[in-house]
Amino acid sequence: MPHDEAPTCLIVGASHAGVGCAFELRRQGWTGRIVLIDRDPHLPYHRPPLSKTCLTAEAGSDHSPLRAADSYAKDAIDLRLGVSVTSVDRERSLVLLDNGENLPYDKLVLATGARPLIPPFPGLDAARHVFPLRTAADVAGIRAALSEDHGKRVVVIGGGYIGLETAASLRKLGAEVTVLEREERILARVTTPTMSAFFAQLHADHGVKILTGKTVSGFRTGDTHSIVHCADGDEFAADVVVIGVGIRVNVELARQAGLEVSDGICVDASARTSDENIYAIGDCTYHHNPRYDRFVRLESVQNATDQGRVAAAAIVGKEAVYDAIPWFWSDQYDVKLQIVGLSAGYDRAVLREEAGQGPKFSIWYFAGDTLLAVDAVNNAKAYVIGTKFIQSGAPINREKLADSTVPLRPANLMR
Amino acid sequence: MANITFITTDGASTTVSGNSGSVMELARDHNIEGILGNCGGVCSCATCHVHVAPDDMRKTGEASEIERDMLELDDNADEYSRLCCQIVVSDAIDGVVFRVAE
Repeated sequence: MPHDEAPTCLIVGASHAGVGCAFELRRQGWTGRIVLIDRDPHLPYHRPPLSKTCLTAEAGSDHSPLRAADSYAKDAIDLRLGVSVTSVDRERSLVLLDNGENLPYDKLVLATGARPLIPPFPGLDAARHVFPLRTAADVAGIRAALSEDHGKRVVVIGGGYIGLETAASLRKLGAEVTVLEREERILARVTTPTMSAFFAQLHADHGVKILTGKTVSGFRTGDTHSIVHCADGDEFAADVVVIGVGIRVNVELARQAGLEVSDGICVDASARTSDENIYAIGDCTYHHNPRYDRFVRLESVQNATDQGRVAAAAIVGKEAVYDAIPWFWSDQYDVKLQIVGLSAGYDRAVLREEAGQGPKFSIWYFAGDTLLAVDAVNNAKAYVIGTKFIQSGAPINREKLADSTVPLRPANLMR
Repeated sequence: MANITFITTDGASTTVSGNSGSVMELARDHNIEGILGNCGGVCSCATCHVHVAPDDMRKTGEASEIERDMLELDDNADEYSRLCCQIVVSDAIDGVVFRVAE
């Protein structure tokens, strides 16, 4: 569609991916307009700390901005907060907003992310102080509920990273925390039994009650608190309930627009959707990872920022290929877990424990001789060396790797 | 209150002042190009890499073990490298000059 004006790149979603993409567009030389839209009214903020330091921080510092407030204007990024995009009209190259406005685009970027999955538990509607944990508003809600004068019994539904990080943070605040996990172990979907056992013990040591095999069947709400029911008949009194049982990808806009959608919005190596003028980045995308040669959807800051950068380069017409090695982290109590790579499909895991005080170990996942991934606990060195071996593809001597008397250095692990 | 100078990769020098938070946050709040702080300041991403002016190392102190390990991800790291999310802004670092890493 020809315009008289400068071209517009319109970005839907102002979290890690969308914000990163907007600023990168300027760095890459985009001279047209940039409009960045999000329904969240807060100045765009870091999401990972929400379940960690934001919960435990002093009042008033419950989120940490991604960029300074004035940086958007400085880079001529038209940041529109508190508005939602309701549909995309590809015929006319415009989006409709919930305030009735139409905005034209030349390039559209969907950074729509995901939303917490809230199962339709019976009694949930009447229950008080039930929160997911995805936004600054959720954090503010949890903090406010806990600061009230009544009890501090918290039930966390779901023993994934969000649930466990929240449990650790609320424990730090003095709450009495019970985690109810449906599977037979926590973190069942995302890591190995060894790692699950480590984190279960870590939480037990800090006084968090972790119960597995617990399927929540409903809520009953009394005058002061809620009762969480489980299918096995157990009941748990809760002043605050946090639900962390996973997410739903926000693919509705893409689907409505008729774009190709699978487990997420399908994009190519340049983050382009099935429409050449529409890109998608971050948690919402389903993309091919060339290193692991499979399609993935990743929920991570790394994926958000790297894919945002690739899309920005592609939008200004540069050659851009997304082939980053995925990485993740989780902070719980004084434990830092760092993960590099994707361990799915491994046939052997090598555990390496370092001598010394406190937990410090790493698990190295192999398929044949190929290193797929490393989980490093309080061991940034293992994380970094693992990253380098995954990058280079150099074979590793697994006997030396497992031997903690052999110092962890790349040269010592070569075969 | 500490006055802190950042020299970006284009050679531009910016002096700003602060009295709390981390150097990464100070850089973000003043839109210093090249300091991203993608992980939010928990020493997990190595995108806030700076080189401390050699004479200023005694003020900032040296990198911690985890910081040194994470800096290994960056080929440009040297003995004056720090991840500036790990440096607290206080009077102790008044006058320090940081060069933003490539």
